[in-house]
Amino acid sequence: MFLINCPFCGEREQSEFKAGGEAHIVRPKQPTELSDDEWAEYLFMRKNIKGVQLERWNHIHGCRKWFNIVRDTTNDEIKAVYKMGEKPPI
Amino acid sequence: MKKKLRVKRSKHIDETYKISFKFNGKLYHGFKGDTLASALLANDIHLVGRSFKYHRPRGIMTAGSEEPNAIVQLHNNSPRTEPNVRATEVEIYEGLEASSQNCWPSVNFDFGGINNLLSPLLPAGFYYKTFMWPASFWEKYEYFIRKSAGLGKSPTKPDPDIYEHRYIHCDVLVIGAGISGIISAKTAAKNGFKTLLVDEKPYLGGSTIYQNSEYFKINNQNSGSWLEKEINEIKKIKNLEIKTRTSVAAYHGYNYLLARENLTDHLQIERRKNKTRHKLLKIRAKKVITATGSIERPLVFDNNDRPGILLSSAIKKYADLFGVACGEKNILFTNNDSAYETAISLIQKGINIEAIVDNREEVSSKLIYEVEKNNVKIYKGHTITNTHGYKRIKKISIMQLSKDGHNVVGSKIHLSCDCLGISGGWTPAVHLFTQSGGKLKFRDEDQVFIPNIYPSDQISVGACNGDLTLDTILVNVPKSLKDFLDIKKNVYENFEVLSSHNNSKRNIWLLPSDKILGKTKSFVDYQNDATAKDIKLALREGFKSIEHVKRYTTTGMGTDQGKLGNMHALGIISETSEAKMGELGTTTFRPPYTPLTFGTIVGRNVGEYFDVYRKTPIHEWHEKNNAKFENVGQWKRAWYYPKNKEDMFQAVQRESKAARESAGILDASTLGKIDIQGTDASEFLNRVYTNAWSKLEIGKCRYGLMLNEDGMVYDDGVTTRLGENHYLMTTTTGGAANVLGKLEDYLQTEWPELDVYLTSVTDHFATISVCGPNSKKIISEIFPSLDLSDKNFPHMSFKKTKIGKIHCRIMRISFTGEQSYEINVQANFGKSVWEKCIEVGKNYNITPYGTETMHLLRAEKGFIIVGQDTDATMTPIDLQMDWIVSKKKYDFIGKRSLYRSDTIREDRKQLVGLLTDNPNEILEEGAQIVADINKSPIEMLGHVTSSYFSPNLKKSIALGVVKGGKNMLGQRLIIPMENKKINVTVTDPVFLDKENNRLNA
Repeated sequence: MFLINCPFCGEREQSEFKAGGEAHIVRPKQPTELSDDEWAEYLFMRKNIKGVQLERWNHIHGCRKWFNIVRDTTNDEIKAVYKMGEKPPI
Repeated sequence: MKKKLRVKRSKHIDETYKISFKFNGKLYHGFKGDTLASALLANDIHLVGRSFKYHRPRGIMTAGSEEPNAIVQLHNNSPRTEPNVRATEVEIYEGLEASSQNCWPSVNFDFGGINNLLSPLLPAGFYYKTFMWPASFWEKYEYFIRKSAGLGKSPTKPDPDIYEHRYIHCDVLVIGAGISGIISAKTAAKNGFKTLLVDEKPYLGGSTIYQNSEYFKINNQNSGSWLEKEINEIKKIKNLEIKTRTSVAAYHGYNYLLARENLTDHLQIERRKNKTRHKLLKIRAKKVITATGSIERPLVFDNNDRPGILLSSAIKKYADLFGVACGEKNILFTNNDSAYETAISLIQKGINIEAIVDNREEVSSKLIYEVEKNNVKIYKGHTITNTHGYKRIKKISIMQLSKDGHNVVGSKIHLSCDCLGISGGWTPAVHLFTQSGGKLKFRDEDQVFIPNIYPSDQISVGACNGDLTLDTILVNVPKSLKDFLDIKKNVYENFEVLSSHNNSKRNIWLLPSDKILGKTKSFVDYQNDATAKDIKLALREGFKSIEHVKRYTTTGMGTDQGKLGNMHALGIISETSEAKMGELGTTTFRPPYTPLTFGTIVGRNVGEYFDVYRKTPIHEWHEKNNAKFENVGQWKRAWYYPKNKEDMFQAVQRESKAARESAGILDASTLGKIDIQGTDASEFLNRVYTNAWSKLEIGKCRYGLMLNEDGMVYDDGVTTRLGENHYLMTTTTGGAANVLGKLEDYLQTEWPELDVYLTSVTDHFATISVCGPNSKKIISEIFPSLDLSDKNFPHMSFKKTKIGKIHCRIMRISFTGEQSYEINVQANFGKSVWEKCIEVGKNYNITPYGTETMHLLRAEKGFIIVGQDTDATMTPIDLQMDWIVSKKKYDFIGKRSLYRSDTIREDRKQLVGLLTDNPNEILEEGAQIVADINKSPIEMLGHVTSSYFSPNLKKSIALGVVKGGKNMLGQRLIIPMENKKINVTVTDPVFLDKENNRLNA
């Protein structure tokens, strides 16, 4: 189980968090303008990287804040944690 | 004649404390300090079990947790019974009862032994190959295979013991309290680290503690005595916690480890009462030092599995630690110097050794010289080609090895014995290291895998790191600790060490025999009966990956995870396929290192603590009034209230009738409630619901449907506008937490610019729903000052009022189609307001109804239940709820998905009503719906989602989803059941009061 350094609360056990999938997928501002394929790209397509991946996590049993992490999926090392709206530090 | 197998006093055994125990029903004696294995050996019992596949007689093979054969059932037929317990780990106590497994009728005469004779017919993959066809026969085979599979019996009665979980945080965790672990723990603790030292055994000191030989000395003392002093010293260190009988089961990422601390298994049953049996320790360590030692390797030769064949190191341990001779005529077979240590121990204790068979040609060391001096015959350059004796080894055959070690030459020599010790060198115990994600490297000189790349802040020291001799341990352990702990001065420096080991080893994975391989039984995995022959067969049949060979031959898949034989399997694969060992890699070691009881895993989370449950403030009243409860999420909801021995059907019929004819009352407190405030609250609702919210007047309520971005219905509920910037949203009972989470997600990540605040108030309010034609009269009697006229308080509106000093929020909303009022009050007044409603309602036969009646009433009206009539594949259009999807709004969650090519398909499953030809026939929920029963395969059009007998319509009604159902009104379909087919007609899903007259009646 990882230890995740919540940017609002500090280091906590993984069991306090919920994973929210790939980060930086922005909801299109004008969905109605999009073709089926473009909408499907937003809706379904995820990278699922073997290696360093940017992910959304939620401190659901804590401050309930969403934030992003940089995680290496091969060894679960968390390389960085950053707030929503911020650019990935790595 | 009874053999005298107890030799010379041992410090570990208290011969003044006699303990009686039963094995296979017979009474035996041992002493305090004995394990079940040592006590059995002292009673000259080697045969303890039968092997898994061939039912071959098997004996005790090791003296530790790696034991593959001597696994027993404890306290058979008692609630405390436990299967697959290693006799080598069970500490005996008065009243212990153990029995053999996998044999019938007894271990001495086992019917399954016939499998041994049939073994030419049972090659690797036998089950896969034989029971493949015809496929329809599987059901017949399965019964017999299942009956003969499995080791031991699981308990059938509730476990009377108590288990606990405990979190431990430490700076340094040291796993293993052998000499390397003791040195590590002392070094860490003396340098100020908060240290935890654990070991699976009941004593500290590993195998060094019983080393009493002048050939192994530290600072001029016998290594055992030196270590004993160290142990006495570390026991006094304050920041060092020591736990024995504690086995680390799992080593996860981030230095998170699970260990099982065994607290009572060594106590008499009577003394275990009210004590915690096992504790699962959840350890977070900043740094981990693994000092798990090494496991001696067996040797692979024909019939290497007979009772009486033990690891050479085990024979030494039984003699040195337990004072037990494993036999009177001992022979040792080795490829390295370790067996000579055993020989010296046996000589010291006056235990007879007949001979040593050493496969090395020319070797000499102080140890060998000492043994030779004692007139023990050593057969150098020889190998065992076969062994004899069915239930106990009686004789071995040996032959000389060819120079290259591939063949045997010369003539056969027969040697008689009653015990054979085998030593194939040592395998570092890297299990926990690899569990943690560590990568191994292969060391060619002595053919071992050792830790290479560490995935976390950890280090392996001592034998598990490949330092297999005393001198290398004492040089390397302090050195690595200094770097690892970043300390200036080491606690230990400049040892004077005497270690008489010669490191030479002649490693032959599969020893040759004068017989062809096909005629031999050279066991690699003892527990699962995988032989060298099986592994070679798997390779011939094309299996290449070690993971595939493992599964095909079941090597390493027993309860011991192949701690003894995995290396030999790899070695044989490597030799046969000419691949390098280092490149083959190992199979994955998985937690737990040794088996855990289920009790340890669940801890205190049993019975009512298995999962938390939630009760409404009115729960007590429901209980008192005979309610049956239903689990909805974590809630206990009143399901129905049977009267006078009614069954559920009768109770629900009565409740449903009463609600429509006069008045019903429902506890709706479990509905999710979210308080929404902020200047953008209306805009927010516009975005999350499919319909429009901006124009909702203050004091009015509206039903809303919430979708996922994929357009599928996610949740529904009524939201009330309490003020300009203030709403109260209700959600389904089961969806409350997820809806809140989803809304928070959008607010935080997609629309952070919106000024909206969400607060869950589900638990803050009790919700009482009063419905039926007389509901207005009841409400007006409770709230006499409230104007309930349809003009002042119409359907879908809200009023604030009071009962005495209690503030009430009343919504006139309806889930039943009847006129209905929902009273929301502060939770702690919930029960008294409910009781008031019941009291006032008496004159109108107010009838409490539960969830089942609620479901029936709403089904009559064709209202959906999200999660029952929908399953995350239903759009609002599929549900025939087009009316709630705003065409004008530019965007809302899921809008774009409603016109994807897939969601606009005409033949999607759509919600319809279903009426049976026979009005008394009630469909089964989940039943399949088809049109043409003669077509093969029958096309499945959909399924029944809700079904009831409506007492108000006096017929059965059902909702279902059917492909293209919208355009099938009036069409006849078939519900095929096991013994019959039911004819139905597709109808509109609204069965009652389509015009909604009852809402204002």
